[in-house]
Amino acid sequence: MTALVIAEHDNASIKVATLNTVTAAAACGGDVHVLVAGHHAAAAAAAAAQIAGVSKVIHVDSETLAHALAENLAAEVLAIAAHYSHILFPATAAGKNVAPRVAAKLDVAQISDITQVASPDTFERPIYAGNAMATVQSSDSTKVITVRTTGFDAAASSGGAAAVETPVAQTDSGKSSFKGCEIAKNDRPELTAAKIIVSGGRALGSSEKFNEVMTPLADKLGAAIGASRAAVDAGYAANDLQVGQTGKIVAPQLYIACGISGAIQHLAGMKDSKVIVAINKDPEAPIFSVADFGLEADLFTAVPELVRSL
Amino acid sequence: MKILVPVKRVVDYNVKVRVKSDGTGVDIANVKMSMNPFDEIAIEEAVRLREKGVASEVIAVSCGVTQCQETLRTAMAIGADRGILVETPADVDLQPLAVAKLLKALIDKEQPGLIILGKQAIDDDCNQTGQMLAALADLPQATYASKIEVADGHALVTREIDGGLEILSVSLPAVVTTDLRLNEPRYVTLPNIMKAKKKQLDTFKPEDLGVDITPRIKTLKVSEPAKRSAGIKVPDVAALVDKLKNVAKVI
Repeated sequence: MTALVIAEHDNASIKVATLNTVTAAAACGGDVHVLVAGHHAAAAAAAAAQIAGVSKVIHVDSETLAHALAENLAAEVLAIAAHYSHILFPATAAGKNVAPRVAAKLDVAQISDITQVASPDTFERPIYAGNAMATVQSSDSTKVITVRTTGFDAAASSGGAAAVETPVAQTDSGKSSFKGCEIAKNDRPELTAAKIIVSGGRALGSSEKFNEVMTPLADKLGAAIGASRAAVDAGYAANDLQVGQTGKIVAPQLYIACGISGAIQHLAGMKDSKVIVAINKDPEAPIFSVADFGLEADLFTAVPELVRSL
Repeated sequence: MKILVPVKRVVDYNVKVRVKSDGTGVDIANVKMSMNPFDEIAIEEAVRLREKGVASEVIAVSCGVTQCQETLRTAMAIGADRGILVETPADVDLQPLAVAKLLKALIDKEQPGLIILGKQAIDDDCNQTGQMLAALADLPQATYASKIEVADGHALVTREIDGGLEILSVSLPAVVTTDLRLNEPRYVTLPNIMKAKKKQLDTFKPEDLGVDITPRIKTLKVSEPAKRSAGIKVPDVAALVDKLKNVAKVI
């Protein structure tokens, strides 16, 4: 029994979500191999070989894998799938994009967003925005899984010494091509890997106010910035900052919710945070029902005061 | 060009579901059901493409129980031209792989140029069907779309990815799944609801399409998530900072 983890990486380094996925893979009971498919990705493959608990790295390098196109990446996984009992992807935008494609080609079901491995064929996963937890058993020979990274600790990124194999890449599907991307450049930690997140809601009122109030707090704490769906829909914050059922699922050490009422869809994305702080002037806001520390105050005065006191 | 839009009937977005006391599932008896919000966005996008002259016909499809007809009528009230119901027994747990196979059979029948689906359903939160359909039909995919432009046999799709946006070009036919910001679905008007009642709605059984819908995943139990209890209210910022530093020790 061997599990394959599909690494998330930027060719130069391995993303943290990969480490959580390795932990989930190890819990499935067998050896853990990691697939690093990319272009000029030797550094990422070398980093994957260092991950504690990984016994083999398969490094496939090709120009056609530079942008992790679903068609081409799925083909690489399928080329080696027969060797594995479990195939695990991190439940990130990239992992969720490719995993079902692999599962369907293997004619097996996919188990999405697992938060626990009960046994090699039984897993726990949230449904209905985390309002219920389902324990599910797969009858398929190969288990294709996406892993909710907040459910598993990160494996140590050093201490391993896996062998690296470099098979030849599959041919390009020719059906899709990469045309460009707009990735926000900043020095902040990644939302899903941050230790502290400060998150803003609709009460901020405008994108100018959102930046003016939230940025100094994030800077002071070295935190990532998140937002509620209402704030994103209103255009106050970028789409990829959305925390919630249909956005990012986060579980930092500290989550500070400013002017967020706490719709169930938002709570679904952050209720596993270690410490939750809510700053809201509405005493009835549902966010207070999950907050460890609630401050009933106008965020426009409380947040700057907080920045000064830190 | 035809556009096929699969739509799912789910527990309404605003309903907070309750886990059944026997742990067999969630209680959806007498609960308000609606179209999955992402699917509404998919229908709206397809109708807009037809209104722009890019598409000639929008076909809404739903797989599930008889009542999915209501979901299809809503899709037709938004502007879909006709509906197809693949009716499945109420006691069969219909899973994404089975739905993808049913949809693949309909693609073979209808030969659409574009298939637009919601990125995930808000009940099982699976986020699988679109990608699985693309794989089974051997079509390119562009998931989590926030913009779709169709020209010269290709779709240029802006996708929401971790950290920002990505633009892909996929050759048609292709599968696209919608993210929240693709569009804002129109309100359904009474005249359009009346018109939708007269639109064509065909019904098939999985056997008619030669598809085995046996579930592959068995739900052993459904339980309440661990409750997070409310903490304390602090009177002011100074007290908050004190708690964070000295009690929670997180800063």
